[in-house]
Amino acid sequence: MELSGGEIVIQCLKDEGVEYLFGYPGGAVLHLYDAIFHQDDVKHILVRHEQAATHAADAYARATGKAGVVLVTSGPGATNAVTGIATAYMDSIPMVVISGQVPTAVIGSDAFQEVDMIGITRPCVKHNFLVKDISDIAETMKKAFYVATTGRPGPVVVDIPKDITDPNIKIPYHYPDSISMRSYNPSVQGHTGQIKKAVELLLTAKRPVIYSGGGVVIGEASKELTELTRYLNFPITNTLMGLGAYPATDKQFVGMLGMHGTYEANLSMHQSDVILAIGVRFDDRVTGKLAEFCPNAQIIHIDIDPASISKTVKVDIPIVGDVKPVLLQMLALIKQQHKPDAEPLARWWAQINQWRTSKCLEFDRSSTEIKPQRVVEQLYEITKGDAYITSDVGQHQMYASQFYHFDKPRRWINSGGLGTMGFGLPAAIGVKLAFPDADVACITGEASIQMCIQELATALQYNTPIKIINLNNGYMGMVRQWQEFNYESRYSQSYMDTLPDFVKLAESYGHVGIRVERPEDVMPALEKAFAMKDRTVFLDIITDRTENVYPMIETGKGHQEMTLRVAPGTPIDRELA
Amino acid sequence: MRHIISILMENEAGALSRVAGLFSARGYNIESLTVAPTEDTSLSRMTLVTRGNEEIIEQITKQLNKLIDVVKLIDLADISHVERELMLVKVKTTLNNREEIKRLADIFRGKIIDVTNNSYMIEMTGSSEKLDAFVESLNDENIIETVRSGPTSMSRGEHGLHL
Repeated sequence: MELSGGEIVIQCLKDEGVEYLFGYPGGAVLHLYDAIFHQDDVKHILVRHEQAATHAADAYARATGKAGVVLVTSGPGATNAVTGIATAYMDSIPMVVISGQVPTAVIGSDAFQEVDMIGITRPCVKHNFLVKDISDIAETMKKAFYVATTGRPGPVVVDIPKDITDPNIKIPYHYPDSISMRSYNPSVQGHTGQIKKAVELLLTAKRPVIYSGGGVVIGEASKELTELTRYLNFPITNTLMGLGAYPATDKQFVGMLGMHGTYEANLSMHQSDVILAIGVRFDDRVTGKLAEFCPNAQIIHIDIDPASISKTVKVDIPIVGDVKPVLLQMLALIKQQHKPDAEPLARWWAQINQWRTSKCLEFDRSSTEIKPQRVVEQLYEITKGDAYITSDVGQHQMYASQFYHFDKPRRWINSGGLGTMGFGLPAAIGVKLAFPDADVACITGEASIQMCIQELATALQYNTPIKIINLNNGYMGMVRQWQEFNYESRYSQSYMDTLPDFVKLAESYGHVGIRVERPEDVMPALEKAFAMKDRTVFLDIITDRTENVYPMIETGKGHQEMTLRVAPGTPIDRELA
Repeated sequence: MRHIISILMENEAGALSRVAGLFSARGYNIESLTVAPTEDTSLSRMTLVTRGNEEIIEQITKQLNKLIDVVKLIDLADISHVERELMLVKVKTTLNNREEIKRLADIFRGKIIDVTNNSYMIEMTGSSEKLDAFVESLNDENIIETVRSGPTSMSRGEHGLHL
């Protein structure tokens, strides 16, 4: 079979089993788009901005575990994709981004729509390739998918100059079945000696806690994590990225940890003697002040990326490996031995349950204004906790993580590491394409949603009926909250003036818009929205603009209660006072 | 502490910038860096001198290993090794100082590789300290220019950095 460069790229995607290609055409990729025109296997999703292509592909990858695939043109197409590439990089999401480049003969001459895509993306990709010969395309594409999806996953950019895809130059096509790279061999099995040491430490722990993150979701080790945690009867906390890896409704789950984590999760960490850290990276939003982080704990850390181990917090027992086989090995070893001493564990649980009575997430339920927390609770109720939830970044993201109790992995789709506003709507489209029969809701705010609002058109074109829950408080809520706490309420540029009429806006894009202004109208509106199975519904919910995300450990502070900010008038407020 | 990291990497366009970019992005310092293809032309060998405490050096080696183009690396500070640096120095010469500069170069086992009416070019290899000492022993006013390769290094004995 003789194919042109453009046809080879698309044929590679077919052979890789790619279902959707998210993209936007332009001069440097016209040959590729002509190849797309001649086939139906790889379905192209035309977004309205390249950033959205990367977010949609990223969310598709988060929900399915398969690589998301993006196609953009050179120059501005490529630079618009950078935010989404960095988003995927920070959260270790497998993604292959194909960017057009100006013809090889003019590279470096400041040609029309030329940017050094390899140079620009170098710090935010797992790897990138510039294809300089048509005969390299197939092998490079294979390498791109291999690198993106194995080890610690991440985005890979393949930059292809226009002349390489010339329809008049054809060569025999062969897609390699497998590939090996001498410089890239991600380790999978953990070190048996280290695992033994870890198990010994775990079984002697008196105040243990399991701290697990996105690595468990990516490593498909949710089942093993749950089994291990239940067998040991240890408390478990999840990071923002790890929510759903352990069922949030289980009694051993103490909630999310970190800046807006629960009182019980943060104090469990702070007072623990042994921490089992799994697929986490001791991010600053989790640890707070490093010098005060878990002063009495010995730490076991399982991670596939050696560079994540002892990066910010020195650990005692590092285990480099894929979490799933490591957890299986741990389980097998643990089951051969006696269970941990029940008596100190019972005392530890009594302490944790006492912390729980402070009900740190409580908010004012008698308010005549709509409380954003209550909206998320009601969304949880109406979807029976079984929806895919995407979010943008800010207060609404935290409310979603605190009040939507994820029992399954890959249901919570958010930009954790980079914190990218504009992520939620295109992400919801990507998830809905992957799971057309599932409920998909985007929890957002009036500031975030406007960053990729144009994707409402994409949602109509490809018939991806999603529910947009716009928690509209008229402010960049998280910015406003920090300004209230740290800048004596000087709300510098955080008020969202001249908001559009979101109902009319949704309608003009061909969707349904509903405005909700009273607490008692929230549930009926949600019912109405979810009853419209085949329509995208934009719920513009006017929430209490003074509401803050509690509890909160301020930046630069430790996990101890002394620096905790809590909701005024709630049980924990009274307890701490 | 000073560390010499020897890196075997794919001899591909952009590989050098990945290493340099990693150092600037993560705020590590590079004291010197030298790179050239090896006997296997598909591989380049880089010698990089950096400073940092144990934790920083551990992160540097881990992050370098994460780069897809890096095949293998070794921190030579951990083991017995030999270091050599190449320097070229151009000095002004007069009838009065020509003999003295030649003698000085001989003492340091340097070679005069180019001569004009009023200049010498001296080639010298050795440890960085030796090259420093030679430069110091020359009268500053006489130095027209110097160029140094930065140290290159190898471990001693039968083992080595190869595939």
